[in-house]
Amino acid sequence: MMSLRLFGGRAAPAPPPRSAPVARERLQILLAHERGLRGQPDLLDLLRSEILAVVSRHVTIDPEKLNIRMERGSDVSMLEIDIEVPNVADRRSVAVA
Amino acid sequence: MAKVLVVTSGKGGVGKTTTTAALGATLAQMGEKVVVVDFDVGLRNLDLVLGAERRVVFDFINVVQGIANLSQALIRDKRLENLWLLPASQTRDKDALTEEGVGKIIAELRTKFDWIICDSPAGIERGAMLAMRFADEAVVVTNPEVSSVRDSDRIIGMLDSKTVKAEKGEQVQKHLLITRFDTARAARGEMLSIEDVLDILATPLLGIIPESQDVLRASNVGAPVTLNDADCPPSRAYIDAARRLMGETVPMMVPTARKGLMDRLLGRRAA
Repeated sequence: MMSLRLFGGRAAPAPPPRSAPVARERLQILLAHERGLRGQPDLLDLLRSEILAVVSRHVTIDPEKLNIRMERGSDVSMLEIDIEVPNVADRRSVAVA
Repeated sequence: MAKVLVVTSGKGGVGKTTTTAALGATLAQMGEKVVVVDFDVGLRNLDLVLGAERRVVFDFINVVQGIANLSQALIRDKRLENLWLLPASQTRDKDALTEEGVGKIIAELRTKFDWIICDSPAGIERGAMLAMRFADEAVVVTNPEVSSVRDSDRIIGMLDSKTVKAEKGEQVQKHLLITRFDTARAARGEMLSIEDVLDILATPLLGIIPESQDVLRASNVGAPVTLNDADCPPSRAYIDAARRLMGETVPMMVPTARKGLMDRLLGRRAA
């Protein structure tokens, strides 16, 4: 490093810390998580169509207004189902009219 | 029996096209009849890397649409009589590529060639899916860098689930090719090591291609790196990788850092 200075180079910086071990660890954690999520869309699709079928038996809903989300935590996961139900009375009266 | 090999990665810029050209040329030199197929509709580059860009008349989609037949679209390499190119379409709509059309062309190529090497586009969209769809084997090209490794993991998952082989309950045989490997940086702990990448991706290693100016030099003049200079470090690594694809047992050479004066002074090679 002295030689660099002799040749007019910048002062030698302290060697950067080894970053590869950090990269390795971050990847291992991330990929374990992502591999767990794989195939997940299929499960959500299945849930979606079954929930839609059950709810539609009793209430008229717009299939577009059914949202399902799965959030994975380390201890528990959360399944969030959000269904927008239109005002049934209005819908019925329109249908009759 | 013909083998369909997809060269894929997820991430762009990792060396898929370089790899397709180098492996294709080397297999052809070994006496195999090889066609390299560019799947990157709209952004074709394999013709350029092979130095055949001015000879493209018809392309993949012309064949799918019945405007040309396969023999009209195939371009024979000027240096290697066993190497052929099927170029991608440059201008047309990406949706022109259908699974049915691709399946028909791959089936026809199987009757004419020993190796059908499919150069996948980056990403995980339609083009990449179709490039891997009919594969028997896959070369997953990875740089020792976090985003490339992550994308390769995703692609490996797709090879195991979205290919015709996977759907039949069989396995696409996967090979990992680590490219742009910079020994000096890996030794300093700045770059994921070969062991790290293998450990994370758990896929058999086909080869390690060192980062090198020779790759750029070869693409500048339109030649597969292995034809441009068969003795340079990346070429030797590609030739070994091709021999492994042919089933030979070739000891794995881990590229070693060069010990030139400039390298020692600068601490690294120019990227």
